[in-house]
Amino acid sequence: MTRTPAVEINGLNVSFGGTDKRFTAVRDASLRVEEGKTFGLIGPSGCGKTTVLRALAGLNTRWHGSMRLFGEPVQPGQKLSGNIRSRVQMVFQDPYASLHPRHKIGRSLGEPLAIHGASDIDGEVIAALAQVGLTPDMAGRYPHQLSGGQRQRVAIARALIPRPDLLLLDEPTSALDVSVQAGILNLLSDLKQQRGMTFVLVSHDPGVVGHMCDEAAVMAAGEVVARLDRDGIDARYAAGT
Amino acid sequence: MAEHGLNIRNLTITAPSASGEIGIVHNLSFSVGRGIVALVGESGSGKSTTARAVLGLNPEQFRVTADRFSFDGEDLLDLSEKRWRSVRGRMIALMPQDPKTALNPSHTIGRQVEETLLLHGTSSRSDRRLQALDMLRRVGLTDAERVHASYPAQMSGGMAQRAMIAAMLVSRPKLLVADEPTSALDREAQAVVLSLLSEFSRDLGMGLLLISHDLALVSRFAERVIVMRAGRIEEELAATALDDARSTYTQSLWRARPSAETYGQRLPVMDE
Repeated sequence: MTRTPAVEINGLNVSFGGTDKRFTAVRDASLRVEEGKTFGLIGPSGCGKTTVLRALAGLNTRWHGSMRLFGEPVQPGQKLSGNIRSRVQMVFQDPYASLHPRHKIGRSLGEPLAIHGASDIDGEVIAALAQVGLTPDMAGRYPHQLSGGQRQRVAIARALIPRPDLLLLDEPTSALDVSVQAGILNLLSDLKQQRGMTFVLVSHDPGVVGHMCDEAAVMAAGEVVARLDRDGIDARYAAGT
Repeated sequence: MAEHGLNIRNLTITAPSASGEIGIVHNLSFSVGRGIVALVGESGSGKSTTARAVLGLNPEQFRVTADRFSFDGEDLLDLSEKRWRSVRGRMIALMPQDPKTALNPSHTIGRQVEETLLLHGTSSRSDRRLQALDMLRRVGLTDAERVHASYPAQMSGGMAQRAMIAAMLVSRPKLLVADEPTSALDREAQAVVLSLLSEFSRDLGMGLLLISHDLALVSRFAERVIVMRAGRIEEELAATALDDARSTYTQSLWRARPSAETYGQRLPVMDE
């Protein structure tokens, strides 16, 4: 019995630049992420982990290879569409850069709600804030009036609005203090448990990977160089790192 | 010489605001001789203001008072700007947060490493060059001649960091203040930079004041850790004693670290 994996990519290649100066950011990467798992993509700066994530999110469509999300084939050159588009959402590293500085939180959250056809937008905004542990009065604030942790909670709330099954997390806590990070990691674990979501987590922090991930792929210079199951993660990131 | 290194007793820093003076740092007392001391705290705890005070780099309107605030016996409280310029770089140096952006893209590495020497009176051009090449080699840039003639954009991020370290250390400061020296780097590069700094701290007999929000990271390199909270020192302890910290705040900072051992568990979160 094999279940359809949430993510299946084979021979993914992503390169940038023109024909004369071509830089291959991801070379022949293959990954398989089972539904309900937290899958880590790890490696040093520039190894291509975020590039893989952006291809999965449909933010960069200029790739080669084959990709299936929840069994449905995704074609290069095309943005995610239909059903898949709401099932896959992304949370970025820096919530300050991903929230419109001159829109109040209520508006930032209300727009995707309106697009997805909500009727009681104010009520749904409050509900969206509540599920990430924020109070209703946050809706009336601007991003700069929030702490870093609160901003990342808002970014997570926004990603959750289309009720995604796959959440792509790009260093979601690297801009936060350790104690604030703990709160966000707990929130992500709770959400995963409540909703049975699948996470792909990009991180260079061995602590975060060791704490969160069920499986992981290690990348270096654009290639997947190792695959780790939970025992492999324990062995690689045991105490001291 | 009566005293060695940085000595601070009851340092208080206030800043003016519309509603009167606001205290940023209250009654801080600590000292840094040789070796590595980490000043750790969350955003807004006052650690960077403290670091900047040690280099006289806070805005003019900030009021700094202390019972003692000295380096190698020299009072830092009432230094003239001219005197500060001779202290900075030569006696106390600052390591910027992101080495890559701190380098001037339009000057060669050699020129930037030699600049500190020029400012602090090494007049012979060939002497400056020799010292710069020597320091570039010491930070692990073995092809020093080529690096000396290179521009920052011609080097990898890791090489640029090493070049930056060479530029700070070439004038052999007695104290290096590093404010989040590795927060722009990934974990592997962080460990490389901190190992290099601690090696130099030992070899050159240099004090190192490491400012960071990352208790787990600095505890691997520092001998002593000072935990700051809301402008005050919460606790000062040996890095090896963090498992048995007395303060509940230090404990919760220490235990909030995620790791392979906490897989599947909830992390303890501080009550607001």
